[in-house]
Amino acid sequence: MTMIDENPTGAPSYKWVGSRSIRPDGLDKVTGKARFGADLTLPGMLEGAVARSPHAHARIVSIDTSAAEAMPGVHAVITAADLPDLAEAGAKTDDVFMSEKILARGKVLWEGHPVAAVAATSREIARAAVAAIEVVYEPLPHVLTVDEALADGAPLLHAEMITRGVDPAPKTPSNAASRVVHERGDLDQGFADADVVLEREYTTKPVHQGYIEPHACVADAGQDSRANLFVSSQGHFSLRAMTATTLGWPPSALTVTAAEIGGGFGGKTTIYLEPLAVRLSSKAGRPVRLVMGRDEVFKATGPTSGSRMKIKMGVTNDGKMTAAQVWMAFEAGAFPGSPVGAASMTAIACYDIPNFLVEGFDVVCNKPKVAAYRAPGAPIIAYGVESIVDELARSINMDPIDLRLANAAVEGTQSSYGPVFPRIGFVETLEAIRDSDHYRSPVPEGMGRGVASGFWFNIGGNSTATVHVNEDGNVNVIEGSPDIGGSRASMALFAAEEFGISVDRISVKIADTQTIGFNDVTGGSRVTLATGKVVIDCCRAIKEDLCRRAAKTWDCEIGDVEWVEGQAQHASGTETPLSLAELAETAPRTGGPISVTKSDNVRGAGAAFTTQLVDLEVDEETGVCRVARYTTAQDAGKAIHPSYVEGQMQGGVAQGIGWAFNEEYIHNADGTLDNASFLDYRIPVASDLPMIETIVVEVPNPGHPYGVRGVGEAGIVPPMAAIGNAIEHGTGVRLNDLPMSPVRLLDAINQRNDG
Amino acid sequence: MSRTHINCTINGDETDFLSESGGSLLNALRDDVGLMGVKEGCGTGDCGACSVLMDDRITCACLIFAPEVEGRTIVTIEGLANADELHPLQQCFLEGAALQCGICTPGFLLAAKALLDKNPDPTETEVRYALAGNLCRCTGYDKIIRAVLDAAEGIRASATSGDAA
Ligand code: FES
Ligand code: FES
Repeated sequence: MTMIDENPTGAPSYKWVGSRSIRPDGLDKVTGKARFGADLTLPGMLEGAVARSPHAHARIVSIDTSAAEAMPGVHAVITAADLPDLAEAGAKTDDVFMSEKILARGKVLWEGHPVAAVAATSREIARAAVAAIEVVYEPLPHVLTVDEALADGAPLLHAEMITRGVDPAPKTPSNAASRVVHERGDLDQGFADADVVLEREYTTKPVHQGYIEPHACVADAGQDSRANLFVSSQGHFSLRAMTATTLGWPPSALTVTAAEIGGGFGGKTTIYLEPLAVRLSSKAGRPVRLVMGRDEVFKATGPTSGSRMKIKMGVTNDGKMTAAQVWMAFEAGAFPGSPVGAASMTAIACYDIPNFLVEGFDVVCNKPKVAAYRAPGAPIIAYGVESIVDELARSINMDPIDLRLANAAVEGTQSSYGPVFPRIGFVETLEAIRDSDHYRSPVPEGMGRGVASGFWFNIGGNSTATVHVNEDGNVNVIEGSPDIGGSRASMALFAAEEFGISVDRISVKIADTQTIGFNDVTGGSRVTLATGKVVIDCCRAIKEDLCRRAAKTWDCEIGDVEWVEGQAQHASGTETPLSLAELAETAPRTGGPISVTKSDNVRGAGAAFTTQLVDLEVDEETGVCRVARYTTAQDAGKAIHPSYVEGQMQGGVAQGIGWAFNEEYIHNADGTLDNASFLDYRIPVASDLPMIETIVVEVPNPGHPYGVRGVGEAGIVPPMAAIGNAIEHGTGVRLNDLPMSPVRLLDAINQRNDG
Repeated sequence: MSRTHINCTINGDETDFLSESGGSLLNALRDDVGLMGVKEGCGTGDCGACSVLMDDRITCACLIFAPEVEGRTIVTIEGLANADELHPLQQCFLEGAALQCGICTPGFLLAAKALLDKNPDPTETEVRYALAGNLCRCTGYDKIIRAVLDAAEGIRASATSGDAA
C-alpha cells in the first residue's frame, strides 16, 4: 500500500487538508442546540452558590453555617471541613495549594477566595443562604504587586515559603516562590562589544482571558462515592485528576463529560467549582449545578500575571545583537505558579544572541491565582523585549525588520532555552511582512507604524483516538480533546484526506473520560498536532486493515493491494476496486467490525513564530488610538483548515489589542477589585477594530505527518509591543507600561509638549 | 415565593409560563421555557450573549424583567431558522467560519438579523456599530463582520431575483 510521505518537505497537494469545510459542530452552534457548561438540567437538580472572602488577606476566626443550613430549600452547605486536609495528609505542596484555592483553610488570600458553598432548590435561595453564612475574619496586611510583595518586611502569604532555585537556599521565607535562570556566554564582553546599549524598565498589569462563558458545571454524585460531572473545560481528564485529588477520590470514580466550551484561552485548564459541585452533590444526594457570575469570573479565576521587567540589550552599529540581560518578576497571585518559566524561555527565543542572562521570579501576592492565558508569559516579556529591539533599530538607523532578520533564529540555532531549532519559519514571517502590501504602502499621513515578532514553543503530549468505520462506510472519529476553536473540523479533514472520502462522511465526537483513553488538556496549541497525529495513526492502521480485507477477498498478497481515493485497488487492475462502503458491508465476513484505537505521547512539536504590523492613528488631543490597519504573518506549518487558522491568528491579535490599550485589573488600596465587570474591564468590541489581515506562512514541521505546528497561541505575543512601537513612531512618545491607555498616552504627550 | 403568570409569543408560538417575581427574561427563557440557546455571559447587559428579539428589537434578555414581555413577541436563536431551512445568516456564519467557541453566536445572529431587517445594505462600519453590543473574545470579529456582509448580499440578491420572478 502507498501512503503520503511521513515527512513531506515540499508542498504536497491535498484534497481535503487545507480546504474550508463546514465544521462538524457548527450547525448546533448556529441553531442554539449546542450544550455549554450551564446548559444541562437534571431531574431534582439543585443550584449552587459560593461564599467568597471580601478581604484580600485575613485569618478566618470562625465560620457559622447554621443559619444557612436552617433555611428552607437549602440541602447542603460545605466548608473546608468537608474536604480532606491535604496538608495533614502529607500531600504534595502543589496539591495542598490547589485544595486551598478551592476552599480556604484558616486564611483567605485574596478577595473572592471561596470559604463555603451552598446547594439549594433555587439560585435565589442559594444566594440568600450564602449571605446567611457568618464568617468572622481578622484582616491582615496585604501585598498586591511584585514590588510590594518583595519589599523588606512585606507581609507573607505563606509563612514557610523558601525561594526555590536560589543557591544557597535563603534562610528566611519570602513571597518569592522560585527563581529561574537561563544564561550563556560572557555578558560583560557582550555589552563591551556593542556600539549601543539600552536599558529599560517595563510593567504590566494582570489581564483576564475574558472568555464569554463563565465557569459552569453540573455534578451528580451517587451514594457510592462516584459521580458524573458535566463541565466546560479545556481538559476533562486533567480536570478529573485535579478534582479527584481535592476530594481525596480516585480519578476513575469520576466520569467527566466535556460540555461545549465557550472560550478558555488557557483559563479553563484548571479547577474552581468542580470539587465544590461534587461535594455538594454527594452531601445533598441530588445533582448540583454551579455557575459563576461574571464578577466571580473576574475576582476568582485566573487572570495572567502583572509584572515588572528590566531589560538591557546591546547591538553593534551594523545590527548585530551582542548581549541581552533580562530580569523579570511575575505576580503569581495567591499561590505559586506564574508563567515566568515560560516567559524566561521565550524572552529572547526569536534571536541568536551570543551572550545573555535571563532571570525570572515567581512572586505570590493577594490576588487571584493566575491561570494560563494564551502563550502564557510570552506576551508579557515580548512587550519589553520587542519594544527595546525597536528602540535599538531606531538608534542605529536600521529598519526594524532588517534588524530582526540579521539576528533571527534559524534551523540549527541553539535556542536561548536550550534545544537546537529544527526547521522553523521565523525568517519567513519577517519576509512575509516585509513583502506585504501593507509594509510596502507608505505610512498614511498622521499615523505611526509598528512591527513586532513573537514566539511560542507549541507542545505535543498525550492523546488517544478511536476511529470506526460504520456499516455504511462512513467514519466516526472519537477523540478526547475538548474543541475550543474548531479542532473537530481539523480531525475530520485529516480523516477525509487519509481515507480519500468526502469530509461530509466523517463525524467527530469528543468522548467522556470513561469512554476514551487519556488526553492531556487542550492547550499549548497541541491538539491539531498531537490528537491529529493519533487520528492519522488510526486512519492509517484502518487503511492497512482494509487492504488486508481486500487481499483476503481477492485471495492475493496484501502487497498487491493499495488504497487509492477511498477504495482498495489491485495493483494489476484485474479486480474491481472495493470501496470503503463495500468493505464495510462485508466486514463481518472479513474479520469483524472495522475499528482502531491509537494513543501516543506525541513528540515533534514545531515552534511557531509570528511577525505583526500595525498602523495607528493617535488623537493627540485625547490620547485615544485607532488601529487603522493590522497585518499578521504566522507560521502554521500547515494550515489544516485555513479559516480556523486565520481565526486563531485574528483572535489572538484582538486580545492583544485589548491588552495594549485598555485591559487591566484595577485594585484599590483595600486590595479589592474595582472593575469586575465587562463594563469596567473593557475588551475590544467590533467597532474598535479593523479587519485583521492574515498571512498564513507554511514552513512544514518536520515532526508531523502533515507538517502541522499549532497556531493557537503565538498570535497574542507581539501586539502590545507592535502598538507601543507604532505609538513612538507616530508621536515620538515611548510608553513602557501596560495598558497604554488614553490617560497614560495623553500624559506622555503633554510631557513631550512641555519638554 | 410569588410567581407571575405571563402570556407572550415565543418563536411563533403562543406561550405561557410562571416566572419568579423579580426574575429576568433570561432566566425565564432558560429555566422556565427551556430555551437554552439564550446564553448568559454577564447578567448585566454588557456582553450581548443573551440577545433576543423583542417585538423585532434586539434586547438583552438579562435586563428585562420577565413580566415585561406580557403580550409581546420574542424570537430566540431557536426560532431563527425557517423549519428545515437555515436563515442566510446562519448559513453564512457556518460557511465563513464566523464562530470559534460559539457561545456568542446566538446573540450575534439575532443582532445581525435585527440590523439586516432594518438596513439590508449596511456598510462594514454600520455592521461594526450595530454589533458593538455583542462581545466575542475568540474571533477578533473579522469573520463575523464578513459573514454578516455576505448574508446581506445574499438576502438582497434573492430578494431581487424573487422580484423578477
Ligand atoms: S448576559 Fe445579558 S448582556 Fe451579558
Ligand atoms: S466565538 Fe467564542 S466568544 Fe465568539
